[in-house]
Amino acid sequence: MSAVMITRKLRKWEKLPGKNTFCCDGRVMMARQKGIFYLTLFLIIGTCSLFFAFECPYLAVHLSPAIPVFAVLLFLFVIAMLLRTSFSDPGVLPRALPEEANFIEMEIEAANGSVPSGQRPPPRIRNVQINNQIVKLKYCYTCKIFRPPRASHCSICDNCVDRFDHHCPWVGNCVGKRNYRYFYLFTLTLSLLTIYIFAFNIVHVVMRSVDQGFLSTLKETPGTVLEVLVCFFTLWSMVGLTGFHTYLISLNQTTNEDIKGSWSGKNRGQNPYSHKNIVKNCCEVLCGPTYPSVLDRRGLMQEDSPTAANSEGPCSFDNLVAQTVKTTAPLIPNEHTPDDVKPSIAAEKSSAPKDDPPLAAKLPPLASPETDAETSIVKNQ
Amino acid sequence: MATEFHNLQEMQHTASLVTKVFIQRDYSEGTVCRFQTKFPTELDNRIERALLEQTVKTLNSYYVEAEKVGGQSYLEGCLACATAYIVFLCMETRYEKVLKKISGYIQEQNEKIYAPRGLLLTDPIERGMRVLEISVFEDRGSSGSSPSSSMSSCSTAR
Repeated sequence: MSAVMITRKLRKWEKLPGKNTFCCDGRVMMARQKGIFYLTLFLIIGTCSLFFAFECPYLAVHLSPAIPVFAVLLFLFVIAMLLRTSFSDPGVLPRALPEEANFIEMEIEAANGSVPSGQRPPPRIRNVQINNQIVKLKYCYTCKIFRPPRASHCSICDNCVDRFDHHCPWVGNCVGKRNYRYFYLFTLTLSLLTIYIFAFNIVHVVMRSVDQGFLSTLKETPGTVLEVLVCFFTLWSMVGLTGFHTYLISLNQTTNEDIKGSWSGKNRGQNPYSHKNIVKNCCEVLCGPTYPSVLDRRGLMQEDSPTAANSEGPCSFDNLVAQTVKTTAPLIPNEHTPDDVKPSIAAEKSSAPKDDPPLAAKLPPLASPETDAETSIVKNQ
Repeated sequence: MATEFHNLQEMQHTASLVTKVFIQRDYSEGTVCRFQTKFPTELDNRIERALLEQTVKTLNSYYVEAEKVGGQSYLEGCLACATAYIVFLCMETRYEKVLKKISGYIQEQNEKIYAPRGLLLTDPIERGMRVLEISVFEDRGSSGSSPSSSMSSCSTAR
C-alpha cells in the first residue's frame, strides 16, 4: 500500500516577513489594519451614490446631462487611484538573505575594529556623498540592511520602504516610491470630486428652492444634507492635504523628511535630490519611470527536494532551516532596543554552516528545477 | 586559474558554493540604480578586473536607460494617467522591458565569462536591487590544487 501525498508549491508571498496581508494569490498587498480603508471606500461610494440618486436626475434635466457624466468619470478615476494606491507594493525592500546579512556584519566589524567588552559599539551608520551633500545611511536591524537614501522602516507594516513618505491608514497601505503618484492623484481628484459635489449640491438646492421652497426641497432630497455635511468636512482636509503634497513635490521632499526636518531650518536649500527647479521636480515625481516591484510575490518558492539533497544527507535541510531560524531569532534588536543590549549582536554571530547547503537551494532560478508545476506528488512507501 | 568549468550545467553538478561576494550600490549620484565599480578583493585571482568592471558598467548603463526621465517617460506617464493606469494591465512599461534585457545580458555574461571561471552573477532584481551578488564556486571533484586559495578566502570571509 502506498500513500500519495500531494504538496502544493507555495508562492513567495506566503512566506514574506513583515505585517502585510495579501489577497488574490499575492496580487494585492495591503497593511493589516484595513478598517479605515473600508470607511474611506464607504464614504466615497456612499456620498457619490446619494449624489447620483438625488441630485443628478434634476440637474441632468434642468442644467445639462454632462454634469452626471463628468461626475461618473471623476468618481471612477478616484476609485481607480484609491485602489491602485491601496493594493500596490509601495516599494518594499526585501530583507537581506543570511549571506548578505553576514557579509554586511563582517564589513561593519572590520570597519569598527575590536570593541572592548562592556563598551557599546558605535552606531551603524554609513556616510555617502550625494551631489556634494553628506547623507547618513542607517542600518536597519530588522531587515539587516543599510537603508538606501530616502528609505525608511515602517513599524506598522514592518518593512523598509523605498522613498518612504508615510503610512496612510485611510488608504490602508504605506505610501512610497511606487505608489506616491497614485496617492497624489487620489488626493487631487478626490478634492475635485468633493468640490464638484458640494458646488452642485448648493446649485441644486438653490434652483429647487426657487421653485418649491427650501424646506420642501430638503424633504424631497434628504440625501443633500448628508452630502453637504460629508463634503464640507472632507473638503478642507483634502484640499489641505493636496496643497501640502503639491508643496512637497515641488521641492522633491517626502513627508518623512519634512517631519524630521532633514532639509529645512539650518539645512534649508541643501536637499540633494531636488533639481532646484519646480517643473523638473514635479515631472520627476509624477511623470518619472514606473518602478517595478522588487518583491517577488507570485514567484514559486524554491523548496529543497529530497532527491537533490541525497549527497549531503538529510541533515543539510535542517542546517539550512537552522541557519535561517538563527538569523531571525528574537535577539535581533531594532531601532527601539536600548543601546546596552546591542553588544549582544557582536556575540550573536551566526556560525559558519557545517556543510554547504544543497546546491538546488542555492543556485538562482537560472539553474532551478521546473517551476510551472503547481503540485508535486511524493510517493511514500 | 585553479578551477575551470566549461558551462553552467557542469558547474551545477560538480561545484560547491564557497562564498558570496556582494557589490554594493553606488549612491554618489542620488537614488538612481548604480553599482560600485570597485573591484572586490575576494575575486582577485578568479577574474580579470577589466571584465568585471565592464559588466558592472554595462549594467549601470542599462539602469540609466530604464530610469531616464525624458520624453518617452512623460508620454508613458501621461497616457497611463489619462486611462487611469489601466493601460498598464496590457502594456509593458519601459522599465520592465529594460529589466528583461538586463536579465538576458546577465545570463549571457554568466554563460560566456563567469561560469567558466566558477562564478555566478545573480540578477540584482532578485536581491531587491540592493546588491550584485556573485557566487563563488569551487570544483568539488578537484581535491589538491584549489583548496588553499578557497580556504584562505573562506577564513577571511568568516
